[in-house]
Amino acid sequence: MSGIDFVTTRLETAIGWGRKFSLFHYPFITACCGMEYMSTACAHFDIDRFGAGLTRFSPRQADLLLVVGTITHKLAPVLKTVYDQMLEPKWVIAFGACTVSGGIYQNYAVVQGIDRIIPVDIYIPGCPPRPEMVLDGLLKLQDKIQHQKQDWRWARKP
Amino acid sequence: MGQETLIEAIRAKLGDAVERVADSFGDPVLILRPAAVRAAMAALREPPFDYAVLLDLTCVDFAASEGRFELVYHLFSLGRNVRLRLKASLAAADPAVETLVGLWKNAEWLEREVFDMFGVRFEGHPYLRRILTYEGFEGHALRKSYPWRLAQPRIPLKDDV
Repeated sequence: MSGIDFVTTRLETAIGWGRKFSLFHYPFITACCGMEYMSTACAHFDIDRFGAGLTRFSPRQADLLLVVGTITHKLAPVLKTVYDQMLEPKWVIAFGACTVSGGIYQNYAVVQGIDRIIPVDIYIPGCPPRPEMVLDGLLKLQDKIQHQKQDWRWARKP
Repeated sequence: MGQETLIEAIRAKLGDAVERVADSFGDPVLILRPAAVRAAMAALREPPFDYAVLLDLTCVDFAASEGRFELVYHLFSLGRNVRLRLKASLAAADPAVETLVGLWKNAEWLEREVFDMFGVRFEGHPYLRRILTYEGFEGHALRKSYPWRLAQPRIPLKDDV
């Protein structure tokens, strides 16, 4: 390993460490899973302990999109727009059975999983998921962020 | 007013607008002629019946039956604290009935929902367009003839993984 590779690797680790503990999340909440999101976000379970406590209500300031609740075909273009408005790097958590697969709704109205609209990093099943599951999903996302190839301005592209 | 006297009074007032009176778990259900719905509702809204509130307006699709679309109206009297259910059956081809918008303001959205889901036309409605589904949605989703689970996406979706 040459010297420059060593420096790059350490830098990647440092950037990953920084990014995983400073997730600004945008809550895209449409349904009852929002209750679990609220208890996860507030003092009882407190995602601020994991550095994801700062909620942004503009997608342009967020880097974690929490899709919480049923997404219908009527709403699908809105979700796509919100995702497109977020700046890189960005991650998406599908929160609850409806966002993962459509859940109990298999009909004319509901999108059968948001991964048919936007890319998803972490799937949290459950109807709704317990806050513990959400925290587990958040920790798995942090693990993913730490170990993924970091994209930064002078990063060497393959 | 007891139930029998109430039904007698309504029948006397509405005349042949009432086709028959059915019974649902002890509660009377008035089956109206579709053409007389609006006039009957206008009469029931006034004293002595005093049904001032339109609680609900919905529809049922009996695909095999002659009168395919059955409109269901629920009225409520604030003064007497009683409810009344009324029904009217519409034919399968071009189901249409007169609007209740002039009588109750909330009928506007309820009728739009029935129009959206069942394709029942409400004549005289000021703004009859879809309310739950979106522009460009084809067909009426709660009709029995609507294909099972047929989605009509607005943006391109990735196929099933």
